[in-house]
Amino acid sequence: MQTTGFKSSASMKFGDRLFGTLAKSFAWLTLILLAGIILALVYASWPSLQAFGIGFLFSDAWNPPMEDFGGLIPIYGTLVTSVIALLIAVPVSFGIALFLTEMAPAWLRRPLGTAIELLAAIPSIVYGMWGLLVFAPIFAKYIQPGLQSSIGHVPVIGKLFAGAPLGIGLLAAGIILAIMIIPYIASVMRDVFEVTPPMLKESAYGVGCTTWEVMWGVVLPYTKTGVIGGVMLGLGRALGETMAVTFVIGNTNFLDSASLFAPGNSITSALANEFAEADPGLHTAALMELGLILFVITLVVLVVSKLLLNRLAKGEGTKG
Amino acid sequence: MNLLARRKLTNRVALTLSLSAMAFGLFWLAWILWTVLELGISGLSLTLFTEMTPPPGADVGGLANAIAGSLIMVVLATLLGTPIGILAGVYLAEYGRNHWLGSTTRFINDLLLSAPSIVIGLFVYAVVVAQTGKFSAWSGVLALALIVLPVVVRTTENMLQLIPNTLREAAFALGAPKSVVISKVTLRAARAGVLTGVLLAVARIAGETAPLLFTALSNQFWSLNLNEPMANLPVTIFKFAMSPFTNWQELAWAGVFLITMGVLVLNIIARVFLRAEKVN
Repeated sequence: MQTTGFKSSASMKFGDRLFGTLAKSFAWLTLILLAGIILALVYASWPSLQAFGIGFLFSDAWNPPMEDFGGLIPIYGTLVTSVIALLIAVPVSFGIALFLTEMAPAWLRRPLGTAIELLAAIPSIVYGMWGLLVFAPIFAKYIQPGLQSSIGHVPVIGKLFAGAPLGIGLLAAGIILAIMIIPYIASVMRDVFEVTPPMLKESAYGVGCTTWEVMWGVVLPYTKTGVIGGVMLGLGRALGETMAVTFVIGNTNFLDSASLFAPGNSITSALANEFAEADPGLHTAALMELGLILFVITLVVLVVSKLLLNRLAKGEGTKG
Repeated sequence: MNLLARRKLTNRVALTLSLSAMAFGLFWLAWILWTVLELGISGLSLTLFTEMTPPPGADVGGLANAIAGSLIMVVLATLLGTPIGILAGVYLAEYGRNHWLGSTTRFINDLLLSAPSIVIGLFVYAVVVAQTGKFSAWSGVLALALIVLPVVVRTTENMLQLIPNTLREAAFALGAPKSVVISKVTLRAARAGVLTGVLLAVARIAGETAPLLFTALSNQFWSLNLNEPMANLPVTIFKFAMSPFTNWQELAWAGVFLITMGVLVLNIIARVFLRAEKVN
């Protein structure tokens, strides 16, 4: 057959099959990568898994010379900073998404949206260095004493704001994480708000709803799975963030108060600080186990996020 | 207060809060960029690009070895990660759309896209550094390539899915084999989008620090040997910023300035590029 204009020879067919096989094998490679990461981490942390078992999760020991390790303090630090970050970032991101979809004039939407997305583009080491050398001193001088004198005297809650205002600590790390995850949550929220059918919104406006009522009573219920998916995506980012947290969290393995002003440690900051100098053997294995715990937690969060976002995409047009 | 007035008030309060949320976000962006400009520009000088990283306490020195190391590793990681990512993306969009391998890989790839980069560093440490017994630039390149991969897979697939099926059908009707349809027609039509993905991936790895801590480590001296630890900007900034020496801190700010500007410029080029292509 010479009618095609392509040299449909055997070599062509071979090339075609090779291309398909190559593409397929690289797809497999991506797939296997995830399993490979988990297996490698389990393998590398095996000595620690065997030595400490499930108790690793609940022990606050971290004593390299005595070879006694537990993950409680870094795990606590990771969870607490991420929760602080979500408490700040979720309402702010909602406000930003509301502003971008309902309030901003059309010509401002794109530049402002891009500006917020650029927050995500700034490398985390920049956040870290800025946080340590610029933000923390100001935070210690003005904001922490302010918090102490206002809500520091409230029973129970006041305990969270006790102690010396050092600047660095769990709260500072949580605030910087919040700034870092705002662009992720805000852009997912904006995208899902935009898929709300205009008909729904227009009907609500038509019966006299205010912008806020349309947002709270129509758009948010319609997109709630997507919104939660976006929040989970932000949480996944916050849990695994390394450099920004390492700079400002204070890096100590002591935890004797509930205060958020206290310095602490997170899984990622423990890894960043200790890993390169850790003794081979149990110390390295314990750090690997921390990495494994982090990976498993983030995977669970991301899987939930992904499933929720997929559900919204599929349920488009049907009742949310 | 009657009901209408209360509803209007609620609305006004909510919209004011929304406006302040926007201002809150922009405030941090402006503050961070301002700091980087203010402290970074004062550290810029020619010696930054010609002198090596100084030992502690010295009051001279630059970042030449770190800049070179970062460039080398980012370029190699992009060269390694991009073709694999594009082909895997091609599989997802062109071969595996209705196949379990396609949907599973797509799902897993999205997980990898958001997975903590420090875990990638641990993985490469466990499979390369621990086995060979030494930190090396190659292991750093591998770690960065594994971060490039999911970004490129994702954008390639998304961009290929935007290509109308009629274009593929027209090419098949001429008798072109599938590989030719993909390489000469669909990938070519989607090239702006694919290139955008690559630019964004480069921007992402340019500032990555965590994975390099366990792989390429750092090097105080000029070294182009990929089997040895190699200096790079992020790890150098980390080390210098945490130190008490003012000279080191000034160099770190200059390094932060270089990385931030590079990353922002890449991001803006990628956006402008994509928009220009969409208009056409």
